[in-house]
Amino acid sequence: MKITFPHMGNTYIALKVVFEELGVEVIVPPKCNKNTLELGTLYSPELMCIPFKITVGNYLESIKKGADTMFMWGGRDVCRIGYYNTLQRDILENLGHDIKMLCVKPMKSIREIEHFLEKLNFVSGTKNYLKILKSFIQGLKTLCRIDEFDDLVIKIRAREINKGEVDRLYSNFKRDINNGKGYRRTMEIIGQYKKKLLNLEIDNNKEVLRVGIVGEIYTVLEPFINHYLIERLGNMGVEVHRSVTSSEFIREQLDFIPFIKSNKHDIHRASEPYLDTEIGGHARHTVGNTVIYSEKNFDGVIHLLPFTCMPEIVAQSILTVIEKEKDIPILKLVLDEMTGETGYLTRIEAFLDLLISRREKKSYEKSISWS
Amino acid sequence: MDIKVGIPRALLYYEYYPLWISFFKELGAEVIVSQKTNKEILYNGIINTVDEACIPVKIFHGHVMDLKDRVDYLFIPRIKSVFMNEYICPKFSGLPEMIKYSIKNLPRVIDTEINFFESKEHLNDTIYRIGKYISNDYGFIMSAYDKAHLEYKLHRKNIEQEKAPFVNEIKILGKTKANIGRKRRIMVMGHSYNTYDSYLNINLLDKIKSNKAEILTPEMIEERYTIDYAKKFDGDIYWTFARKLIGTALYLIDTRSVDGIIYISTFGCGIDSVVGDLVEKLIRRNSSIPFSLITLDEHSGEAGINTRIEAFIDMIRWRDVLEDNISAHG
Ligand code: SF4
Ligand code: SF4
Repeated sequence: MKITFPHMGNTYIALKVVFEELGVEVIVPPKCNKNTLELGTLYSPELMCIPFKITVGNYLESIKKGADTMFMWGGRDVCRIGYYNTLQRDILENLGHDIKMLCVKPMKSIREIEHFLEKLNFVSGTKNYLKILKSFIQGLKTLCRIDEFDDLVIKIRAREINKGEVDRLYSNFKRDINNGKGYRRTMEIIGQYKKKLLNLEIDNNKEVLRVGIVGEIYTVLEPFINHYLIERLGNMGVEVHRSVTSSEFIREQLDFIPFIKSNKHDIHRASEPYLDTEIGGHARHTVGNTVIYSEKNFDGVIHLLPFTCMPEIVAQSILTVIEKEKDIPILKLVLDEMTGETGYLTRIEAFLDLLISRREKKSYEKSISWS
Repeated sequence: MDIKVGIPRALLYYEYYPLWISFFKELGAEVIVSQKTNKEILYNGIINTVDEACIPVKIFHGHVMDLKDRVDYLFIPRIKSVFMNEYICPKFSGLPEMIKYSIKNLPRVIDTEINFFESKEHLNDTIYRIGKYISNDYGFIMSAYDKAHLEYKLHRKNIEQEKAPFVNEIKILGKTKANIGRKRRIMVMGHSYNTYDSYLNINLLDKIKSNKAEILTPEMIEERYTIDYAKKFDGDIYWTFARKLIGTALYLIDTRSVDGIIYISTFGCGIDSVVGDLVEKLIRRNSSIPFSLITLDEHSGEAGINTRIEAFIDMIRWRDVLEDNISAHG
């Protein structure tokens, strides 16, 4: 068995660890690229949301590398995500690929965790539940460590003194991670690079803009879809905060376990005056996190959503009001396979200009009121 | 003076109007339904909704605009689920918010949540919470609902019976002369708010009828059939729309009760992007029934649709003649 899974930012690192620890051969799909999207678009229903198209591309590229088992999360949500695996299976079988699909559901109860572990049991062929549980926990830890690491990268990139240093370090980091194998080695690499990162020269007094990123999880986390937004903003000297990460996503499902904490309740509290219920996808998070960013005095918020994304369209109608009521600028970026880079970048630059002038105006007003 | 309750003639209105209208009427309210979709409603919908939304949701906004200044209450329930283990669409779950944050100066909104995903146990509670806007009398509200529900069931039966006797007729008739000369029967499937809103679909149903064909819609097939057939589908179905339309497709493939199938979808509908694709694949792979998928958007032109419908029906006629000749000589 050669297992593969779709990409979503750095989530692959944790999945790779889980399967490696179980002794299963893992095929990580090539980093998302133009070919991935073209392949995916070619075989997907025309009006599907872009995350789906990318996952199809990922699978096809992995199959080329020999993968025969596809791992995917799914389950009933109000939205399209739960149909992904039905459509994917159909597309792949129709292309003549003899593959197996393993679909895991959200883990909101002990039973569902058991269900997940059973899938792992099937994959690894081991009956050793202790081993399975262990690799599962190791995967979770990896996920959390990677997200911490990425948050640190974001902070430092915005303040680096020698331009390009963080990006260089990061690409070495990815190379080592991809060559490394197993939990211990992966953690070692993260640790090493964290040290290196902390040794870089930074300008601690630099005035940086703070921008929060909200929206549909896939478009937030997969750099290829959002045109490397987070990296780019960092290199423009902006400190970005990602409101949704895969570790937070999992923690929110598992937080019925006493020692696991998530921000879920805080997000629900913040969203309550505007949207007090789950409507599918990440809409409630988008609303709640936007409110939280305004409470924390962020300079602005960027809202990422796939073209035709149903929950985020609902969120978007609400954000137009929050933007006014909370006086926080929001830039909406709709992403699909047609999104042109030039227009996209122009809009981001214009938005940053707006944020800078707002800041200047504010500090001017402050200085006046003090004098 | 009577309390005026406004019901937008859009989205699930087309499925539930007898229930909703009679319920509020039984409660003693005056029910005002918005006008049929027209140019102004579409325009108001487009300018009052976020750009990315699908047309049916934009049209809904337009109907709210049409009603809002002449009623005391607007009925915009949060419809999460009408059937166990099935959802509708994220936009139905967030519809009250979409309206409240896009349109100013609204009357009071009856935005009660309707959610039978887990079970229907709290049905009475849901009814009571809706009725409470008009009356405080629990018994009165319940009996109003019972009457309305009877009305609704009668309405469903009427629609189903309208077409039910045709089932299997084509299959039984086979390639007889009578069959070749008869009216063609076309299934027009899609969300009922697309198939029945004649402004949105540019009078599609009438066009088909004027081409000497008769029409079947998914609503005309008894629900127990679509439910059963949908169970045969290889994959998890958890949207009510999907169950109904996939069930309809499998039913048609099995009973061969229509001559052609037209699927009306709208650009930007997330549900149609999945269901339209699945239905098309099912029909093309498992039957020889001619199939056409028509995607409507804000700029759909009448001429284009006309040509497509005519070509589609001509194709069906020619096909039968050809097949008849081949079987007669072969
Ligand atoms: S949330 Fe958006 S991207 Fe995700 S399945 Fe739904 S429509 Fe697609
Ligand atoms: S089902 Fe489709 S058309 Fe209806 S509201 Fe949802 S996205 Fe719009």
